[in-house]
Amino acid sequence: MIEYALNFGFVCVSLALLMNLWRLTMGPTTADRILAVDTMAINAIALLVMYGIAKGTAMYFEGALLFAMFGFVSTVAYCKFILRGDIIE
Amino acid sequence: MPFIVELIISLLIVIGGLFLLVGSFGMLKLRDLLPRLHAPTKASTVGVGGVLIASMLYFWVERGHFTIHELLITLFIFLTAPITANLIAKAYMLLNVDPHSDLPPSKQNEGWATFDPVGPEGYDPSEEYQEKEN
Repeated sequence: MIEYALNFGFVCVSLALLMNLWRLTMGPTTADRILAVDTMAINAIALLVMYGIAKGTAMYFEGALLFAMFGFVSTVAYCKFILRGDIIE
Repeated sequence: MPFIVELIISLLIVIGGLFLLVGSFGMLKLRDLLPRLHAPTKASTVGVGGVLIASMLYFWVERGHFTIHELLITLFIFLTAPITANLIAKAYMLLNVDPHSDLPPSKQNEGWATFDPVGPEGYDPSEEYQEKEN
């Protein structure tokens, strides 16, 4: 039963990633694109964790943690660059 | 693996997947950035949270020892989501909102802090650069 649930989850996350890609390419403002990348990082975390369950290893957990950290840092850096014209003043 | 545990893990994965889908669909559907900011919070709380709790339960039952390191990701996302939302909203307001016509006055000597790079009304930053060069 877990296999069917995982397949359903993979389909959901893939559709979500495609929607984020649409918002990333078509987003009318720069802030829309930043939001799309941030949501993409969230979806990638969920995808990695579900892939770890499907493969039965806890190895993908570290990848998910790295995605969480670098997604946050990149979003903050991009917003700071727009707000102040510089990242570390 | 007992049936009831398998059922709980499957339900958590399905609920998490649905919430991730709804969050991204909301970001596609809503009309403006500030409403759009509201949608992905569903994905980052219930969506990722459900999948991570499912992973925690699965490896607990599969391996036999209980670890909470999946909760680290949840904790990290819960801590950082408000900061990213605030910064994205500030970047949007700086680029797309006119503080002199769209916002109420701040009732201070200074304007709103988000609009410091824009400067007060009638301020032209190029004059300042020319003064520095002279």
